[in-house]
Amino acid sequence: MSAQIFEDSNTTSTSGRGTVVVSGVASDAHTWNLVFLQLMIEELGYDVVNLGPCVPAELLVAECEQHKPALVVISSVNGHGYQDGLRLIDEVRASSELVATPVVIGGKLGIAGSLDEGASDRLVSAGFDAVFEDGARTVLSFYDFMAGLPSAATPLAARTKVSV
Amino acid sequence: MSACFPTRPSADENPVDFGEFVRSRGGRGSIVAQPRMGFSDPNRMREGLIATKKADAHTVGTLTLDSYTRVGDHEAADTALREGLALNGYPIVNHPVETTQWVLDGIRDDEFPVQVRHGSATPLNIFASMVALNLNATEGGPVSYCLPYGRVPLQDSVRNWSQCCEMFTQLQSRGIEPHLETFGGCMMGQLCPPSMLVAISVLEALFFANHGLRSVSVSYAQQTNLDQDIEAVQALRALCAELLPTDNWHVVIYTYMGMYPTTDHGCENLLGSAAQLAVATGAERVIVKTVAESRRIPTIAENVQALEHAHNSTRVVRPEIGRSRELADSQTYQEARALVMAVLNLHSDLGQALLLAFKQGYLDVPYCLHPDNAGRSRSYIDADGWLRWGEVGSLPLGHLVPRTRSRRITSSGLLDDLSYVRRKYDEEPSTRVEVGV
Ligand code: B12
Repeated sequence: MSAQIFEDSNTTSTSGRGTVVVSGVASDAHTWNLVFLQLMIEELGYDVVNLGPCVPAELLVAECEQHKPALVVISSVNGHGYQDGLRLIDEVRASSELVATPVVIGGKLGIAGSLDEGASDRLVSAGFDAVFEDGARTVLSFYDFMAGLPSAATPLAARTKVSV
Repeated sequence: MSACFPTRPSADENPVDFGEFVRSRGGRGSIVAQPRMGFSDPNRMREGLIATKKADAHTVGTLTLDSYTRVGDHEAADTALREGLALNGYPIVNHPVETTQWVLDGIRDDEFPVQVRHGSATPLNIFASMVALNLNATEGGPVSYCLPYGRVPLQDSVRNWSQCCEMFTQLQSRGIEPHLETFGGCMMGQLCPPSMLVAISVLEALFFANHGLRSVSVSYAQQTNLDQDIEAVQALRALCAELLPTDNWHVVIYTYMGMYPTTDHGCENLLGSAAQLAVATGAERVIVKTVAESRRIPTIAENVQALEHAHNSTRVVRPEIGRSRELADSQTYQEARALVMAVLNLHSDLGQALLLAFKQGYLDVPYCLHPDNAGRSRSYIDADGWLRWGEVGSLPLGHLVPRTRSRRITSSGLLDDLSYVRRKYDEEPSTRVEVGV
């Protein structure tokens, strides 16, 4: 499974802002979330490497070491995102090359609606830079986060138009 | 549960044939309603089964398994159980056999069969647990439990599912009839044109039959338009009647499996419409969805409410759809038949034929990221709300599907298509459908 999902999407040209890795967690099979995030992030001017669903932590680490992404976006909706997220961030942060790489997680991370505050704090103290739980304003706050990344300062080729 | 059928004594030793049971209760305008219910806590699981049994509807029970069990990570399931973290389903491999026996004890009987629903391309441990527990009904398929469920190669899934069918049919020598339901009617949950769903459902039922299963059911997941869905289920029935070597088959309708409405009225009307689809097509069983679908795992009470709502919706008098005629030569039937025949002609062994079909793009599921899916087909929702082929890639449908202009896919365009049903049902005025006699 790799970056190129759609022959007809705008993945082909290099956009200049760097690479974002999009990935599911080890137990999560959902992919519509990943496809959506890939398209959205490409529209912001990044190249996306989409690792697909059910990604073991070792594979995620290896891919990140290879691609040296500007950002890693973890998405999970099956309700195990909190548990799987804690496992994977330990492995990511254990790699000396990925200590400072921005890594965020989002989606439906628990099975009972939104996580309690303690749980999302734990994700942050375990090493995630931000947590985006599914809600009406999730995507907008993600845009804000993206706009604050160092890579966002790179000017874009004129063709990219962002639509929400 | 209806009390009007004679009850035989509890049959933990020899459970009833799930297929036979559903065919005797559902069809001809009435449905057997079933939840997608699974909790990691055995107490809660047992309570859920009791509540399902007691619901004011004809019901069967479900053990829906959690994601760790599905991907074979029993260690992670064990950690969660030890740390008291709730899972999204029942970890049947981790819980000792005695625990699951207790969960089922006195509940599963000849009036209340229980099915295991998972979603695994590597289900050997799951089947071993089922056989140990005399649990003789489950669902799946080599294609439908592989492509939408992760990264296991299709070849491995075909091999695993062949082995599991063989393990499952060993129950026959104990006098127990194993039942398998295809999940092929639900590829990716949404945006897969109905003819592909029908074709994969039929092919998986044939795969089961070729491996010795004598009691099967074929699924179809509600899509974007009721008329098109009726056409699809008629096509499914026609192809099963033509091709399946057993009479012991029935149709199960899945209430919408894509982005679900967020309002209560939207959820209920969509579920009601799935029940009406079943009535209009003579489908015997309906798997329900609850008002919590868009947000989280539903509670027991929400499941019961959905079961009862589905049951009540079948009593709504809607003669215009009740009178659906045999749509024997519809577009959906022709497309589905062309797909099925093209695959069957590829190889005398159906497992091999399925592998070749995906390699050559004869079967190709829109938006499916799995490496063994060609990924050249596309779908779109037309002005009437019908789900159509936008691109057919190498599907053997060139003679049946008009060429359309390809659209560039954007995140907002994709989300628009994904949320078509949600929008339609959330926006509809919250008029409660009048329940007739
Ligand atoms: C389609 C679907 C499926 C398909 C998936 C096919 C595929 N390969 O993708 C099938 C049928 C196979 C499936 C299977 C399962 N599913 Co499912 N599925 C859905 C469903 C109906 C729609 C999901 C969808 O298409 N969304 C479209 C995308 C675009 O939206 P999204 O996923 O919500 O993501 C949005 C946001 O969350 C956000 N987002 C997501 N991630 C991130 C990350 C970041 C950083 C940011 C900023 C934003 C963000 O962006 C998106 C756009 O707003 C949902 C319920 C619903 N939403 O209506 C259930 C649902 C997600 N499934 C669920 C479950 C539990 C499962 C199963 C475990 C079966 C089960 N026990 O019921 C299995 C999964 C097995 C596994 N190993 O994981 C639960 C999860 C419960 C929870 N979290 O509490 C849900 C919510 C249904 C429910 N209420 O029970 N499923």
